Amino acid sequence: MKKLYKILTAKTLVPNIHLFKFDAPRIAHKAKAGQFVVLTKDEKGERIPLTIADSDAQAGTVTIVFMEVGKTTRELGLLQTGDSIMSLTGPLGLPTHIENYGTVVCVAGGFAVAPVMPIARAMKQAGNKVISILGARNKELIFWEDELRSVSDKLIVTTDDGTYGRKGLVTEPLKEILESGEKIGLVVAIGPSIMMKFCAKTTHPFGVKTIVSLNPVMVDGTGMCGCCRVVVGGQTKFACVDGPDFDAHQVDWDLLAARQRTYLEEEKQAMENWQCQCGKHS
Amino acid sequence: MRAKNFKEVALGYTPAMAAEEAGRCIQCPKRPCVAGCPVNIDIPEFIKAVREGKMAEAVTVLKSKNALPGICGRVCPQETQCEEQCTLLKQKAPVAIGRLERYVADWERENKAAMPPGAPLPPPTGKKVAVIGSGPSGLTAAAELAKKGHAVSIFEALHVGGGVLMYGIPEFRLPKEIVQNEINFVKSLGVELVLDAVIGKCDTIDEILGEGYDAVFLGTGAGLPMFLNIPGENANGIYSANEWLTRTNLMKAYLFPNYDTPLKVGKKVAVIGGGNVAMDAARCALRLGAAEVYIVYRRSETELPARREEVENAMEEGIVFKFLTNPTKFMDDGKGWLTGMECIQMELGEPDASGRRRPIAKAGSEFVMNIDTAVVALGTTPNPLIAATTIGLKTTGHGTVVADETTGKTVKDKVWAGGDIVTGAATVISAMGAGKRAAADIDKYLMGKQ
Repeated sequence: MKKLYKILTAKTLVPNIHLFKFDAPRIAHKAKAGQFVVLTKDEKGERIPLTIADSDAQAGTVTIVFMEVGKTTRELGLLQTGDSIMSLTGPLGLPTHIENYGTVVCVAGGFAVAPVMPIARAMKQAGNKVISILGARNKELIFWEDELRSVSDKLIVTTDDGTYGRKGLVTEPLKEILESGEKIGLVVAIGPSIMMKFCAKTTHPFGVKTIVSLNPVMVDGTGMCGCCRVVVGGQTKFACVDGPDFDAHQVDWDLLAARQRTYLEEEKQAMENWQCQCGKHS
Repeated sequence: MRAKNFKEVALGYTPAMAAEEAGRCIQCPKRPCVAGCPVNIDIPEFIKAVREGKMAEAVTVLKSKNALPGICGRVCPQETQCEEQCTLLKQKAPVAIGRLERYVADWERENKAAMPPGAPLPPPTGKKVAVIGSGPSGLTAAAELAKKGHAVSIFEALHVGGGVLMYGIPEFRLPKEIVQNEINFVKSLGVELVLDAVIGKCDTIDEILGEGYDAVFLGTGAGLPMFLNIPGENANGIYSANEWLTRTNLMKAYLFPNYDTPLKVGKKVAVIGGGNVAMDAARCALRLGAAEVYIVYRRSETELPARREEVENAMEEGIVFKFLTNPTKFMDDGKGWLTGMECIQMELGEPDASGRRRPIAKAGSEFVMNIDTAVVALGTTPNPLIAATTIGLKTTGHGTVVADETTGKTVKDKVWAGGDIVTGAATVISAMGAGKRAAADIDKYLMGKQ
């Protein structure tokens, strides 16, 4: 019988966004900010990559946060503290490069506050002034605001609908910071592809180095299949082993968006099939 | 019909067929077949036991030299190994050694109760060996070392053991139940299989050595796919053979949506390459429902590196071969989806370094194949992860690890390597042979015999 990975804590942070803390010492003792794990729920499950939101080498735990978007994440959302999953592999990918850049702006879009947290913390520990921007669609979807604030010198919250913080997109305060004349050493932007693309567009005219964490479709996550290929600076890269962090100004965003659409139909089919089966059983 | 499902294609012998074929072996004193086998199975002995109906004895003889007979009986290129050496080859057909090996392995699987208990393992030596990768070379090295009384742990990156036997070779050629059965045999020897462990990421080789392992065997294979590096190659619908086969075999995309991993299979599929992996990818495409499947190969039929049997199977199933054809670019529909592949006709010139005639493009012969799916099966090179994270390991320009040809010893203290990580992509049995030779050398080292 295969080893299972126990969920020590399962928590719903906000509607449709969940946190799992796993007992995974082998991963925990090596995990660094920016790396990810590949998770498989059970024998029939798919392998999905999720960025590590937190890890504790001493306790041997690894924390991930995910949003329900399809059949697999919906199913995962039903798991509770004490449940187990079949497979958890990592830490994968290259860690985020951490150094003292002076001032670093960390931009988190939606549930990406989770992967941004360890990077913001590491940047702070490296001596940077950290300005964080946390954006969500509405107030209900905001989480880890206090956590992010605790590792930031300044935190700006935005919501699309203005129900909390300032109304608007994360690119607006980002642009204002760049225009303020304060010297910014690095911008780290993580979130949906479209948000990362527009952060890149915002920082480009200012010539400020900008890092994004790309999220293409993956299978093995170890450089074996090439499913996650992205083009950066005209070169094909495998996001799983060459990334997931890349220079935002060099990324071919249209290609990434197109490749992310590969399995939309199948994802819909899997969801309908699952809901249909669930209906039968309940 | 068979080209529509993933059931095993080649059917096994009946007892009468097996007895008849075993009876053809003349038990010649020279035994050239044994020398033709990379793991030196006592072929005449196991065949004699089959002829005499002593099946349990046949199993014991076979497994004393080969821990994975059900796998080898199916995927070994016997026609260039044991069977090519068979004395009967000159007279008419060689003894079908591979088929008999499979028959014996299948008999054992179905008659477990009839088997006498295996030879007891020697007392533990107190030595610990880490085997990295659970493919053919790793499983063989692990089994051999366990039989010598060493404590062996295999570290596997994926969520199941077997490596290429699970993700690469399709179900219809090598049923996964057989692979797992043979892995269970290796585990029954006391070998520990640690899954989900990407060595180089969670632990490095140096850390493993620091944790009390006395030796390490690297059998991580050649997992990095090569692409054509031509324009348009990142369009949706273009896969590496590794991705295509991994989704299909390891993740069971042919059972989607019952299994969660999908694979987008178009109507017209072109597989680029002429090796066994290309044949596997093309035959999977047919079974996944493609209407037209092409093999696009830049040399001629004579130079195809795939086993003849695989080529014949592919042709019988209706795969169309486009020889002397080389892709030059991919076209898409403006939204990123593959619509066509521009190719150029080739002709053969003088032999190149590989001894095969070099393909040369015929100027102005470009044409377009309308396809919606392409699978690039040009070969693989070793994943650089281990080499990049291990201090003092030497690699070649092709990314392969430098190791002694006979013993598998690398230039790094306490580290051996074998299989595709050393040779580049080759066969299951050559990897097993390397695993076996390295295990013998590791044993000598551990027991202070050198």
